[in-house]
Amino acid sequence: MNLIEKQEEIIQEFEVFDDWMEKYEYIIDLGKDLPKITETNKTEDRLIEGCQSRVWLDSNFRDGKMHFTADSDAIITKGIIGLLIRVLDGEEPKSIATADLFFISKIGLQEHLSPTRANGLLGMVKRLKLEAIKHISAS
Amino acid sequence: MSNLEQKPFNVREIREEFPALRQQVYGKNLIYFDNGATSQKPKLVLDAINLFYSKENANIHRGVHYLSQRATTDYEAARQRIQRYLGARKSEEIIFTKGTTDSINLVAFSFGSTLSAGDEILISAMEHHSNIVPWQMLCERQGCVLKVVPINQRGELIMDEFDQLLSKKTKLVSITHISNTLGTINPVKEIIQKAHAVGAKVLIDGAQSIQHMHINVKELDCDFYVFSSHKVFGPTGIGVLYGKEDILYRMPPYQGGGDMIARVTFERTTYNELPFKFEAGTPHIAGGICLGKAFEFLETIDMEAAERHERELAKYAEDMLDTFEGLQIIGEAKNKTSVVSFSVKGIHPFDIGTLLDKQGIAVRTGHHCTQPLMDFYGIPGTVRASFAFYNTKQEIDTFVEAVERSLSMLK
Repeated sequence: MNLIEKQEEIIQEFEVFDDWMEKYEYIIDLGKDLPKITETNKTEDRLIEGCQSRVWLDSNFRDGKMHFTADSDAIITKGIIGLLIRVLDGEEPKSIATADLFFISKIGLQEHLSPTRANGLLGMVKRLKLEAIKHISAS
Repeated sequence: MSNLEQKPFNVREIREEFPALRQQVYGKNLIYFDNGATSQKPKLVLDAINLFYSKENANIHRGVHYLSQRATTDYEAARQRIQRYLGARKSEEIIFTKGTTDSINLVAFSFGSTLSAGDEILISAMEHHSNIVPWQMLCERQGCVLKVVPINQRGELIMDEFDQLLSKKTKLVSITHISNTLGTINPVKEIIQKAHAVGAKVLIDGAQSIQHMHINVKELDCDFYVFSSHKVFGPTGIGVLYGKEDILYRMPPYQGGGDMIARVTFERTTYNELPFKFEAGTPHIAGGICLGKAFEFLETIDMEAAERHERELAKYAEDMLDTFEGLQIIGEAKNKTSVVSFSVKGIHPFDIGTLLDKQGIAVRTGHHCTQPLMDFYGIPGTVRASFAFYNTKQEIDTFVEAVERSLSMLK
């Protein structure tokens, strides 16, 4: 599945929910299932400070593809991280750097990526892309 | 200027005056519990905003034409109404600013410029950032020293410590009347008396008090009292600095520009009289006039009954929330206003706030611009429900159910 197909799959999954609370129940479950970053790996350089919640992002580059692990102190933020990683993990740096993450607004979560939300998610997406750009320029 | 009569306190009738309260969000009736951040506006204010820009819009204090004179009259009438409401001696003591933060910065820059190295400024551990940072900046500029009165676990000032910290070196005590995060009502009268006894001036941050209780600056005998219009049912972008005339008179201007001058030459400029000395440039004219309208509205409210109602709401909410496992009320002062702040073990306030929002309930989450206070309690933030006199017990019932549902999803 490419980056666009993965996003369309998520949009389809979200179509079954009738109301906001069901949607958030699902996001919370995703957050609970996402592997945690160990406390020792929650270092300053991995931290993306939001005014409300904080995000830690760890990325590495293997066989031409990017891999991410991320965590947050807020479970809803973490659930949305889970969705972002599902879309972007295992992709080539170039696809990540140019990715249009259209699924976020399609499933009604654009407020979480607004600059005023201050939950660290927008900063996380920026850093994901920056990491990808670094690997493009390195290769 | 019309004068409306005070009516017996009736929540249902008061709610009728606030169109913003009659709407749905996400298909639910809006419950607005974020009054500590900003209040909703009564029709009297909304209509005045529309009227001003439809019929009266003109610049003030300069024009010879009809509209300008009318706008000037209304703007100055608003100042006088606020003066009367606050019990100030003269309307010259009412300076229009952009808000609480602007008022504090004005005092920090202007009054602050008269201070010397080693002079002390006393604040408290429960201050909003806007009553911390301007003083830190002053200390950096002039070598003054900032001292902080600590609080106890209940969120009350430790007055013994205040007595210890207060000395002849103290030039200004700048303290919040009511904590925006904890709801604590500070013993400002006692603080003012004690500060005056050592020759210090006192600034009372009234951002969270003027909407909850009747304020009389003459009775309080504070030297400065500051507040924001938008928290007291008026428009955003305007606020007030009350200062005693003799102190304001001796303070140098803060910002330069039009309106604040008497005569300008390239060699020397002389300044206008109070209050205009501190009001450089075209002010927020509509804002000032409509803040006057907000006070006209407040004059119709029995504030004692309103305060009782608000405290009942807070007690009602706290008693129910207290039964939830792992939930801790932050701020348990004996004397507190209608703010209920809480944190829940293992659950981030951001998550609770997000789920409450989707159930139609507006609360504030986070550190409430009081990071040192959050550090004191060792928490990243709280969920804060802050009530106004237009809120009801039924709304609290819905809120408590929504908190219960949110917690069951997040655990």
